[in-house]
Amino acid sequence: MYTQSLSIPDGDAKGPRKVENPDYLAEFNAKIDAGSFIEPKDWMPEAYRKTLVRQISQHAHSEIVGMLPEGNWITRAPSLKRKAILLAKVQDEGGHGLYLYAAAETLGVSRDELTEALLSGKAKYSSIFNYPTLNWADIGVIGWLVDGAAIMNQIPLCKCSYGPYARAMVRVCKEESFHQRQGYDLLLHMMRGTDEQRAMVQDAVDRWWFPSIMMFGPHDKDSVHTDSARWGIKRISNDDLRQKFVDATVKQAEVLGVGLPDPDLKWNEARGHYDFGVIDWDEFWNVVGGHGQCNVDRLAARNKAWEDGAWVREAAIAHAEKMDKRERQVA
Amino acid sequence: MADDMTQTSVQTVAASAEHIEYVMRLGDNALILGQRLSEWCGHAPVIEEDLALANMALDLVGQARLLLTHAGNLEGKGRDEDQMAFLRVERDYRNVTMMEVPNEDFGRTTVRNFLYSAFQILLWQKLATSSDTELAAIAAKSLKEARYHFNHSAEWVIRLGDGTEVSHAKTQAALDYLWPYTAELFAANPTDEAVSAAGIGPAWGELEAEWEAMVLPVFVQATLVVPARTPFKTFGKFGRHSEHMGHLLAVMQHMQRTYPGAQW
Amino acid sequence: MERKEWPLWEVFIRSRNGLDHKHCGSVHAPDAKMALQMARDVYTRRLEGVSIWVVKASDIVASDPDAKPELFDPAEDKIYRHPTFYQLPDEVNHM
Repeated sequence: MYTQSLSIPDGDAKGPRKVENPDYLAEFNAKIDAGSFIEPKDWMPEAYRKTLVRQISQHAHSEIVGMLPEGNWITRAPSLKRKAILLAKVQDEGGHGLYLYAAAETLGVSRDELTEALLSGKAKYSSIFNYPTLNWADIGVIGWLVDGAAIMNQIPLCKCSYGPYARAMVRVCKEESFHQRQGYDLLLHMMRGTDEQRAMVQDAVDRWWFPSIMMFGPHDKDSVHTDSARWGIKRISNDDLRQKFVDATVKQAEVLGVGLPDPDLKWNEARGHYDFGVIDWDEFWNVVGGHGQCNVDRLAARNKAWEDGAWVREAAIAHAEKMDKRERQVA
Repeated sequence: MADDMTQTSVQTVAASAEHIEYVMRLGDNALILGQRLSEWCGHAPVIEEDLALANMALDLVGQARLLLTHAGNLEGKGRDEDQMAFLRVERDYRNVTMMEVPNEDFGRTTVRNFLYSAFQILLWQKLATSSDTELAAIAAKSLKEARYHFNHSAEWVIRLGDGTEVSHAKTQAALDYLWPYTAELFAANPTDEAVSAAGIGPAWGELEAEWEAMVLPVFVQATLVVPARTPFKTFGKFGRHSEHMGHLLAVMQHMQRTYPGAQW
Repeated sequence: MERKEWPLWEVFIRSRNGLDHKHCGSVHAPDAKMALQMARDVYTRRLEGVSIWVVKASDIVASDPDAKPELFDPAEDKIYRHPTFYQLPDEVNHM
């Protein structure tokens, strides 16, 4: 059930769960070990709850901010069919953000609180969305590479230990598969077109390749959130997922006829995987740290939408209250 | 394109210029309003409404595709939906001016959706029995969509008008701004007369009374005041647009103009 | 003006006639009418439903997780309520 109001019926929804009781903890650990789900009303360690709130809300923020780079091209889409596809896709991302906020809300936080954290710059979102979309092929490459990487990351989450998150991810993944395919289809059409179109695709791939493989996060040896694995929130390691993604993508690039901008990318017979070049983690951390090309613009756009919409949200509440009052007077 | 043309050879009687113009007008209304609504994507007051606005934009883009394809077929010069949508000059777009004015804010966007969807419901109802069977089929599909747009925007008009002082003022300003543009919908013209006489569709002026009967009660409920009619006139449906149209087209046509002949 | 969040509504969808409404997620909406419309816009974009229920989340009464043993465990040993409890001869076992 996607609601924090169900948490505990005794009035203080957040209270009892915070008590660190060894019996409860043992029961919780047993459930995790058995691979069963934790549900909102169940007791959970505070650290588990906090980790989930952080991860789910970051994920939700990423979906919402992720509407902006692609939204940048909706009004300029080159055909009506592509306009409709892109609009539907960006709309889906809004929906995904919504499902995820709802999952986070079952943990005793409100969507408004989470939104505030995003708008103030306190909360993080996926740094991939701080790169600009510069030509139409970027729309295809985002679908193919960025959504492809996201799907790779997200499929294991459909089985994560927290029920509402897992259920939200099942819905997200179901919808997401069209995103990657439409991106690849868009690129196929461009690659079959003119030299100018092919050059656009190559330019876009050159810019998005490394940021895409950075989406899996730092190398396992440099990764900090180890509890996530123990708790069944993260089931496959960053490096394993990244390798899986690279292995799957090389073939797709070949079929497309586009080059990947990494001279060190080659098949390693012994490993049974593709080797790839050194990732520029300084760039990654710079963008995470707020110094990507679009960080400021993205947050400004979200803030503007939120502030411009305040009078609308307030009006709806005010009207609802008036209606309640009128109903009571009639009764 | 070749396939499309073979399919349309069933249309044995050549369509009149007025018939083509009439369908193009419907297609352009959907196209231009769809374009405006799609600007909202990612910028709405709440996520739920972001999805609602995108749904409406998708409905309109879908209508535009069907209608412009049909207009191209009637015309018989081999123009497909994209050539119609992206490769005409401003003078040849036939949407009413109200469709192209900027979104401004959620108030104006909502009031415009409301005013236009009410009109659409009446129009699609009539067109469902058009002697142009293709148009009748498009009308039957579009009618359902227009009904939802009307319900959704009507609910919002009521909430915004009757909400707070601020929302009331903004929504009243939106209505004051848009109302004069609605006159263009109903202005008599030879195209409408010819189309009406041929049993293809109603002259839009015939719909005015019914349209008022749909929108006025909602404005009363929303505590909004409908301004008096003024001599203000616009002529978008005859191809004389506002200053906003050129900018909208510059953005919308950008790719097709920059890469002539490319397939996407 | 004091800032207030739109209440949360739980959304239940009947995917086609003949099936139960099933919980599918939630939306924020200012009132019931809007909640229905928003549920439609959010949860039926891919022909997922033919009927929608919305319920204000705060109106849902839920069982206490701590009472799970007394609520649900007593059913555990009533295995005779399940058809598989009964071994019948093969000739009539489709019963």
